[in-house]
Amino acid sequence: MIATHLPVLLILAPLLGAVLAALSRNGFAAWLIALVASALTATFSLALLWRVQAEGVISYRLGGWAPELGIEYRIDAVNAFIVVLIGIVAFLTMIFARRSVLAPERIAWFYTMMLLCVAGLLGISVTGDAFNAFVFLEISSLSTYTLIALGRDRRALVAAYQYLIVGTIGATFYVIGVGLLYLITGTLNLGLIVERLGAIESSRALIVAEAFIVVGIGLKLALFPLHAWLPNAYAYAPSSAAVLLASTATKVAIYLLARFLFTVFGGHVDVGQVPLGSILIGLSLAAMFIPSAAAVFQNDIKRVLAFSSLGQIGYITLGLALANPTGLTGGLLHLFNHALMKGAAFMAIGAIVLRTGTAKLDELSGIGRTMPWTAGALTVAGLALIGVPGTSGFVSKYYLILGSMEAGLGWLAILIVASSLIAVLYVGRIVEVIWFREPALAAREASEAPGELLLPMLILAGVTIYFGLDAEWPAGLASAAAQALLGVAR
Amino acid sequence: MRLDVVLHVTTKFILAPLLLFALYVQFHGDYGPGGGFQAGVIAAAAIILYGLINGLGPAQKIVPVGLLEVLIPGGVLIYLSVGIAGMLLGDNFLDYNHLAHDRVHGQEWGVFLVEIGVFVTVFSTMIAIFYAFAGRRRS
Amino acid sequence: MIAHFSQIATVFLMVAGLYVVIARGNLIKKLIGLSLFQTSVYLLYILPGKVLGGTAPILDAGYSVYANPLPHVLILTAIVVGIATLALGLTLVVRIKEAYGTIEEDEIFAKDGPRAKVDPKVSKASVSPLNKTGRGGKSA
Repeated sequence: MIATHLPVLLILAPLLGAVLAALSRNGFAAWLIALVASALTATFSLALLWRVQAEGVISYRLGGWAPELGIEYRIDAVNAFIVVLIGIVAFLTMIFARRSVLAPERIAWFYTMMLLCVAGLLGISVTGDAFNAFVFLEISSLSTYTLIALGRDRRALVAAYQYLIVGTIGATFYVIGVGLLYLITGTLNLGLIVERLGAIESSRALIVAEAFIVVGIGLKLALFPLHAWLPNAYAYAPSSAAVLLASTATKVAIYLLARFLFTVFGGHVDVGQVPLGSILIGLSLAAMFIPSAAAVFQNDIKRVLAFSSLGQIGYITLGLALANPTGLTGGLLHLFNHALMKGAAFMAIGAIVLRTGTAKLDELSGIGRTMPWTAGALTVAGLALIGVPGTSGFVSKYYLILGSMEAGLGWLAILIVASSLIAVLYVGRIVEVIWFREPALAAREASEAPGELLLPMLILAGVTIYFGLDAEWPAGLASAAAQALLGVAR
Repeated sequence: MRLDVVLHVTTKFILAPLLLFALYVQFHGDYGPGGGFQAGVIAAAAIILYGLINGLGPAQKIVPVGLLEVLIPGGVLIYLSVGIAGMLLGDNFLDYNHLAHDRVHGQEWGVFLVEIGVFVTVFSTMIAIFYAFAGRRRS
Repeated sequence: MIAHFSQIATVFLMVAGLYVVIARGNLIKKLIGLSLFQTSVYLLYILPGKVLGGTAPILDAGYSVYANPLPHVLILTAIVVGIATLALGLTLVVRIKEAYGTIEEDEIFAKDGPRAKVDPKVSKASVSPLNKTGRGGKSA
């Protein structure tokens, strides 16, 4: 019985967990519930992946209503890949979230929001209904705004407000696009939209719909010129929320973009006069260089990582823009790897903030001597951000370079390597300060992070190295996902 | 405000019909415009009106904050339980076909129960929003 | 012109709302603009759902032409989302007012001043008008 209901159980686990956590009104109980719920989610996601690999596409009809009328959850290689990523990261984040939280009377609500966010993200990933994706998008977004606003600094409030404005505009743009698609095709089910779009040759409404959807999701995933909300949001959110957001929220938006670009607009990547592929390549390149360069000049490590995230998103969207199997595999693999490494990095910062109360680089000199494991995890994540051989970042960038060669864009390969050099600068700065400087006051008084923070952090850092040495599993998943995305396009 | 007899008396006359109307909208949802969302808002409006006239304290005596914090997730819990009940009866999530002896009645029961969950959550959320803003002092 | 009246109204609301969000510095006014913007989308969905001469979509022997119920259901959901967004946004504004003593955007940025020019590169690179709303990158 459980096997057939997997797609919906995946969402029910965090959703029910959120409700129970809210009802428990006790910090520890809420954490336990959150932990169990996310462990279940991770298990279900792995089981789902296994089922998809064995049986192919899974369709689940909510309420037993067939697609045209009802909502369909549709899971293929792409969704399964994203869902596993969210499930695992969410579980590790919940372990991490035990310690790094705030005022006691709010803790239960904090876990409620975390679980709601996870439920929303998973919902976007599994649903095959365009409007349902919007609802889940807003569920995850609203809980995200709340999570950011829970940050200690008053600037967290402003960051949350700005993200709320931008995020709502993005989501509304997305709905406008979906509304136009609905007007053109008369259905909201992605599969049916694809079928019916075939009969429509370059309609103007279709171009407008595509533009609205791409810009709307672009705001959500912080595509280069639409990214200004992200650094503050990540920097001022509570540590464990930052981990969850940095490693999953933008990734799910990227998935949604890929789903629309390839599956829905598959045959029409360049609808009308809009050469979307070239625009996306240009924006990705800009993202790889400009925010990365900004990261070099930040003093707050959280902000360094946030700006670096923007750069890394550039690599992922570059993979999407290349639109050939190797490049897309590289993009999706980087999505996966980046989630893991950024998760490790933000967890390390969270631990450092917990012990020293600051994330300012100049106050943290020599922290590596008192918190060796934490600093080690941060360093590993940093090396993976650069793409040093032996870390997962290398593998995905390698695929991207191969992909750009395949697309006949050799200069892109050079630019990918060149942009990695910028990462050397900002990671190098952090590494130099935390390891090679004389310990400052904050560092001398700090002690190693507690076990429940170290455990998930080291798992993520270890996995980052492991997938750098043996990338068969994630690369296999990514390549299956890429083929599923491109297969429809053909 | 406390001395405003007209407002006080009018409110007293409005409150009961307002709550009754909320129930009407709730249960008439099958045959006309209505349902849990609308009914929840109308019922919440009654409490909010009471709070506006008599002050936050008396309103919180009727619907305490602690109760709201149970009701908000409680409504979602009702909705989830109905969905899961469908699953336990061998259908998909939110499939109400087997909730009663035949399909039509099953659907009717399912929607009815879900709407109660919706009512509870919307009602309590609206009041919670009102409390949250009314509880802040002007700075 | 007359035939497209409803679309024109929709687009006018949409653009007006977006303009208010971008052009106003007052946090409350921004939220009002945002609400207006969202409302226009409700119209975008609901207007085509009207079937001329159709009744409300309730099963009855006397009628055979119904309005399309799906857009209404979708928009009911969207309205709830809109309310939640607005309530959360207003809550944040109340908290911002308590923390900063003002709800004017430029005054808030001035208060967290020294950090206002953290990354000139990124702010210069912002080409989209939408970016104005997300001025966070430059400010805090």
